[in-house]
Amino acid sequence: MLKKVCAVELIGIVCGWMWFWLINRYRVARLGKLDVDRRWRKLQLSSNRSRAQLFGSAFFSFLSLLVSIICCVAGVLTLLLLPVLAKNTYISENALMPSSEIPEMIGKHIIESGGEVSYHQIQPISDNFHPLQFFLGPAVGIVHENYSCTSYGINTVGIVRAPRGDGKEAIVIVTPYNSVKTTTSEALSLRVAYSVFSLLSRVSWLAKDIIWLAADSRHGEHAAVAAWLRDCYALSRGDLEKNQDMCGASSVLGHELTSVKRNGVSNGFRRAGTTAAALVIKVADRSTGFEKDGLKIYAEASNGQMPNLDLINIVNYLAVHGQGLQVRVEKIWSLLDSWWLYSLGELQELLGKVAKSLNPDWKFGIPASDYVEGCATLASSLYNQALGVPTGPHGAFCDFQVDSITLEFSPRFSSSQRVLFLLHAGRLVEGVIRSVNNLLEKFHQSFFLYLMTSPSRFVSVGIYMIAFALLIAPLPLVAAALFSDASKSKSGKDDVSLEPSHPGESIPTITAWNWLHTAKTFPNSSPLTNLLMWIASSLVGLLFTCAASGSLSISRASQLQIREWTLLKAVTVTAAFIGLCLMSVINYATAQIGALPLVPMCLMAVPLRFHVSAKTMKALLRGACNILLDDFWNWTESLRAWNSATYIYICMVNLPCWVLCIRILLHRR
Amino acid sequence: MSRLESCLLMFLALCSVTQSINVEELNEEFTESLLLRPLPDRKVLAHFHFRSSAPPSKTYGRHHHIFPKSIYQLVHKFQVREMELSFTQGRWNYERWGGFDPISSSNAKPPGVELWAEFDVPQDQVDESWKNLTHALSGLFCASINFLEHSTSYSAPQWSFGSASGKLRYGTLPREAVCTENLTPWLKLLPCRDKAGLSLLMDRPSIYRGYYHSQRLHLKSDEFGASEMSTGMVLEQTLTVVLRPDTFSGKALQPSWSLSSLFGRSVSRKCSLSSSSNVYAQFEQNLLFEGDKLKEDREALENAISVGDGFEDNPLFELSLAPKRVIKESGNLQKAGSILYEFSVEDSNEFKPFDLGLNWKVPVAWSCPQAPLQASRFLLGSGNERGAIAISMKSTRSNNVERTSSYDENECWLRVGIFQMVPWYVKVYYHTLKLFLDGEPQSSMENIEKILVSPSEDKVSTGVLEMILRLPCSVNTAALTLEFDKGFLHIDEYPPDANQGFDIPSAVIHFADFVANMSFHDDSLKQVPILSKLQEEVPVVSYTEVLLVPLTTPDFSMPYNVITITCTVFALYFGSLLNALRRRVGEEERLLNGKGARKAGPLTLMISKLSAKLRGKKWEPPKQSESGRSSSKYKLLAKVVLVAGVAAAWQFYFQ
Repeated sequence: MLKKVCAVELIGIVCGWMWFWLINRYRVARLGKLDVDRRWRKLQLSSNRSRAQLFGSAFFSFLSLLVSIICCVAGVLTLLLLPVLAKNTYISENALMPSSEIPEMIGKHIIESGGEVSYHQIQPISDNFHPLQFFLGPAVGIVHENYSCTSYGINTVGIVRAPRGDGKEAIVIVTPYNSVKTTTSEALSLRVAYSVFSLLSRVSWLAKDIIWLAADSRHGEHAAVAAWLRDCYALSRGDLEKNQDMCGASSVLGHELTSVKRNGVSNGFRRAGTTAAALVIKVADRSTGFEKDGLKIYAEASNGQMPNLDLINIVNYLAVHGQGLQVRVEKIWSLLDSWWLYSLGELQELLGKVAKSLNPDWKFGIPASDYVEGCATLASSLYNQALGVPTGPHGAFCDFQVDSITLEFSPRFSSSQRVLFLLHAGRLVEGVIRSVNNLLEKFHQSFFLYLMTSPSRFVSVGIYMIAFALLIAPLPLVAAALFSDASKSKSGKDDVSLEPSHPGESIPTITAWNWLHTAKTFPNSSPLTNLLMWIASSLVGLLFTCAASGSLSISRASQLQIREWTLLKAVTVTAAFIGLCLMSVINYATAQIGALPLVPMCLMAVPLRFHVSAKTMKALLRGACNILLDDFWNWTESLRAWNSATYIYICMVNLPCWVLCIRILLHRR
Repeated sequence: MSRLESCLLMFLALCSVTQSINVEELNEEFTESLLLRPLPDRKVLAHFHFRSSAPPSKTYGRHHHIFPKSIYQLVHKFQVREMELSFTQGRWNYERWGGFDPISSSNAKPPGVELWAEFDVPQDQVDESWKNLTHALSGLFCASINFLEHSTSYSAPQWSFGSASGKLRYGTLPREAVCTENLTPWLKLLPCRDKAGLSLLMDRPSIYRGYYHSQRLHLKSDEFGASEMSTGMVLEQTLTVVLRPDTFSGKALQPSWSLSSLFGRSVSRKCSLSSSSNVYAQFEQNLLFEGDKLKEDREALENAISVGDGFEDNPLFELSLAPKRVIKESGNLQKAGSILYEFSVEDSNEFKPFDLGLNWKVPVAWSCPQAPLQASRFLLGSGNERGAIAISMKSTRSNNVERTSSYDENECWLRVGIFQMVPWYVKVYYHTLKLFLDGEPQSSMENIEKILVSPSEDKVSTGVLEMILRLPCSVNTAALTLEFDKGFLHIDEYPPDANQGFDIPSAVIHFADFVANMSFHDDSLKQVPILSKLQEEVPVVSYTEVLLVPLTTPDFSMPYNVITITCTVFALYFGSLLNALRRRVGEEERLLNGKGARKAGPLTLMISKLSAKLRGKKWEPPKQSESGRSSSKYKLLAKVVLVAGVAAAWQFYFQ
């Protein structure tokens, strides 16, 4: 521990000195070019003046180039090294006590469970996009819309009240099923949930209420769960109207309702206390190719939110040690076969071996196959977080600050082992519920910001931020260098140099807001027209900027034009930097993936040397965009439907920066 | 003289006799009873009722042989007029266990500890007495009742509890865990403890295994009243448990039970100090109605066999012992009231313990009478900034009893009282009070008959909302919402488990127009304390759930981090400052010059040449000082040898 602290302090001190040195250099360089006149005139050393000035700026631009190259390479390398740096997971909250429970799932000894049942009507909600959704949280309110009876889905909600609990907290089990056409796997998941539920209605150790939500996934799994949660956190129709017409329930569940009426089935909306955790149980259609029953964990929720790591840890611990299931998290399969990743893995393995031979205490380097798998998992984790679209119905819970994950079991489909599978799955769910039930406080002990490299290994925020910080570190430096270059050539007039930067900065905002506006005003138009509109609006924005800055530049000498594109580039780089920094606060993964192409592009953008007529170039580009971006556009539209912050990022940072880079490319030299 | 003496003696004797007769009339009394009632969801309610009373100390004196001394001292020290303390674990299920009978109205309590007390002291001393009382009770019952002494944890309801004297204080601790350590001191107040009598049944594991457990202590005294008609002190101790019989009896049939199977014990002897110890088995009217229906069916079926009115041939169930007497409640016009079977434990002994059993004959389902509105409370909204409390009330008219007093159909109003106490860190905006009747928002205040709001003051007092709603009788659902902001606490105000969230105590819903009482034909039954208690007219009261509000909690390891980083910064700052202060620049430069020149290798020489060329100066070879050279060299050598020796020794020692 002390060693670690010392090392961190040392690194901090070194970094601090480096920064100080850099700033000092910068100050010297600035002194060399701005304050230069007065100081050097005073000293009457006119012969040295130009030399020092040149030295300062040359050194500075060289430095910025060097730093940007080093930082970019180091950033990408760190990103690739993340699987090596991943730590083993551990259960941080002691109160969970995952191994203390004794499985009680003995057969299906089902007596009448003492739960309460209610039915909940859901309806598909219309698409409503809010640009700051990720900031405001889910909108709750009573939706008054008329739908025909056939469009309703009926969620069934069962609640077991903890015998001696105070009812302040609850744990939710969700089993999505399609009520119109139930498949075998859905029936199996319902069976798992029912056996757990009926067991829990008889146990005496419960401290939290158990809610079982059989979500009608007629309109999508996420929509059903989200509708129930919305009603849970607002005054719903079930609260306000006593006998609402359950059009579906009265016919389908009619006989059921009358037979158990005395036991308290009601149409009213039933609630339990604050939700502590939620588990979504699904059974995969496909069987595993492995000899064990498989379990796949989905954790990514909207905008890169993750549940507390402890929840995944318990599931992993109990599944591996208790039930002998094979636990997996999602990975990008295509990466597994890539030769370059494998050779990289071998390289780091070799390095690890060399380091170990030098000093046996240095233990890094993992087997190459592990490395490749870690990379594939990490890439999938990053991609899913960056998309900002939940990977399962658990995403609806995360919007309400409830930790939740989706467990997808994939059994070996042979009828003899189905009972065994039910036993394993049921015991796992029971164990997880029992652990969460042990918890006195809500999940807060372990990590919330992490990336998974395997079910039992993770990279925490402190490590993965380094890659991102290294990637974007050269941006402000380069911007400053470009700015100083641009303002160097003119003598002492700051007002001219500042002027073009104003319209330059207005580009991202103008285009972005125009774009948003068009998207808002034409919600029913096709993606293609939206794309055309966006191009038109961005072109208008560009023309406007050109008009604002070009009128100035034409009257000046040709040297000013050079200055203009450097200024434009400085602005582009600054905008990218600010945008990426802001995005990294909202969703780290988006910023990381966005920075990978954006940073080199912004850094390398220079006007094209050959003198093509701008018109043909633009036409070509537009054609390319039309073909290329059509799919991209569809993808972006889907992000909008999920209220993802990535959508905002693409509109406000990525696309404007592209436009600016294209502008630089097309700039007259 | 002798005659006079004898006269005097006689007079004295007479006096003493009359006095003794007086004492005989107003003696201390202790009674115990147990009421058992089967519940519709295969559970059994057991309600223990112990009552000790003492005559007023003005006439009786201060020495008691039955009444607990600690309670007597408590009453006298703090001048308590009325007090109720309850320890509860679990929730009363109003839907299944009923909410319209005297037992649920007065014994269904919120989880944790609830305490209210009314004092007989001047207005300005009430808070002082309350604080002292909480401390005394916390010592007496081994519970953290003393946390109720802060003004942020109790309130002064004006009309919701007891009399509107303004001398009543009310507080709850929803998070208090209830355990045997609270039951033991409570049992110590009984004259026979749990050594004899009905309290023998209180086997700890079986009691705490139950679904609901509430021990209550109700104290009433009019010692300090001005009136002469003083009745002294009455201490009522009740324990209400809901148990599930372990016996498994098929899927449809209710489980049969006996006292020994419920509690794991049976009563072997009565408490000799108690004047009566009875066990009652109560069967509700809905259950009896089912039985009657069944009986009629059977009669219609068999037709010939005449069925008597005795208890033996009850078609539903069978009791293992013959009751001492059967008490019928005088019900309403349409339905018959419930039936109580009375058993006495007088003649039980070690060899023939009292063990009442109940066997069900046929499957039966019934439902308990419900309060006119079934209330539930929940939180709305998510996030750490704001939220809303909602109280929703749903009519249970489908199986409700008729109203006590008949009104015109248009003029029929349902009066619902709500008492809600909110801690200060939940900042309720009372102007956002919204009322929905059958889903329609009510804009005007016409449905509010009476309202009293005392807003909370930060870190000083709780917010209290007392209101009486006047709802039309035909109302199906009524919902009430109040918006709030979540406040921030100072770091030392957080409780130990801050990340769990913060509790909002239960709201109390009472229906002033409805009284839950049983009425019996026989007036002599009023002598039996538990029956007189059942006949008492108490308003129907129900408690809502406790709410858990997640507030923003700081990372409690933050102070540690801050301390660490501050110390590092300070160390760096002061280190460099001291270094700069104690350095003598001139001397060091001289030393460096000497050293640098001495140690200058070919590379440094070249660099200095190069820099001199760049600067455009003439290169000067460094001066060499011969004098200090040899001695410093030896010193350096000695130092290096010393360090190397120490390192070697260290290495050797540790291997």
